[in-house]
Amino acid sequence: MNHLGTNFYEAASVILFGIGFMNLLLQNNLIKKFIGLNIMDTAVYLFLAAKGYISGRVAPILTDGIIDASHYINPVPAGLVLTGIVVAVSITAFSLALVQRLYKHYGTLNMDEIMRLSREEEGE
Amino acid sequence: MNEKKTFWKHLQAWVDGEEVILDADKYIVSRPKREKSDWRSHFTMEYVKEHRKLYMFLSIAISVLFIGIMLGVVNGLPEFGNPHNPANNEVMERYLESGIEETGATNFVAGMILDYRAFDTFAEANVLFLAVMCAVILLKKDSKNYCAQEEQEKYEDNIFDEREKKPILQMGGKVLAPLVILYGIYVILNGHLSPGGGFSGGSIIGAGLILYASAYGQKKMRTFFTFRTFTAISVGCLLTYCACKTYSFFTGANHVGFAIPKGTPGDILSGGFILPLNICVGLIVACTMYGFFALFTKGDI
Repeated sequence: MNHLGTNFYEAASVILFGIGFMNLLLQNNLIKKFIGLNIMDTAVYLFLAAKGYISGRVAPILTDGIIDASHYINPVPAGLVLTGIVVAVSITAFSLALVQRLYKHYGTLNMDEIMRLSREEEGE
Repeated sequence: MNEKKTFWKHLQAWVDGEEVILDADKYIVSRPKREKSDWRSHFTMEYVKEHRKLYMFLSIAISVLFIGIMLGVVNGLPEFGNPHNPANNEVMERYLESGIEETGATNFVAGMILDYRAFDTFAEANVLFLAVMCAVILLKKDSKNYCAQEEQEKYEDNIFDEREKKPILQMGGKVLAPLVILYGIYVILNGHLSPGGGFSGGSIIGAGLILYASAYGQKKMRTFFTFRTFTAISVGCLLTYCACKTYSFFTGANHVGFAIPKGTPGDILSGGFILPLNICVGLIVACTMYGFFALFTKGDI
């Protein structure tokens, strides 16, 4: 079992996921945090698309009237990626709306500042 | 009872079975509290957060460790592009070999997501609708979400928008927006025949609407796209989708007949319910995309 040389799409997706996670941890700006989250989403799409690919086959759309499973790639991961994209768009929009409200209330996008201000508000 | 006992007295007391402190409550109150001196007490989240460098080092270390572990997992995964991988199993064969006669769509992915797994796609459309409703709750300007300063800024923005001449953008919008929307309609209507479908076509239409709105302003969009049209289209499409799929699930599961004719694969009117479902999904996605744009820029649709 030594497929790191051939599985470079999966390896790239894993590294992208790690970069997104690092972004999520290190950035203090909330919008940059959500950019990191989107990088993680993209890594998942790349992983799923790589799982569905079969070398030498074509996209799962009927071509030349060939009805044979050994002519097309796997269509299941395409559907999964579609679900993932929809959920990612929804989550991003919802979180950005929340961030906009936070900015209106606190006047800053810095996570630590917001935590400090909210604690002060609670203390009063 | 604070005097120190010797070992012998201890033993004697233990043998006698009278290892009882007489005024225990007093002793417990008066005894010196043990200092917690282990490393965990001051190595808390606050301590890490205060020391920025330690925090950075720890997060990079965690991420690198994670990447390392996952690379190890990737190393053990089956080979890329191999047709005998466990992911390429009988499900895929079923979808590809009997997909044409069972769904009537030449695009196997469209047949899969709108026929075999239509329920999943319905939930996706619902997720989009929920997201846009959350954005409406959070961002829409109404009597509760009102701020005089913002209102003033919005008013000034509108004046500025009306005065400003944007000839390149307006010309581009005039020429491109209909073409973009037409292309989106093409992608939706051919969703069961060629690459594309409701989600991609819907986002193309949404992009066309956003282009038009940014060229001509919200006011002109309002002439044909208000909040009422937005809710009517979204809810109507969701209900249509629900009704179509309820019909086909009901008739299909109970074998009562009245199935939708599949048509000849390759024709525009084929694939049973796939074309209307694609149109529904496309309209929902287009409305959602434009709704996000309008809510985030002006706070109103």
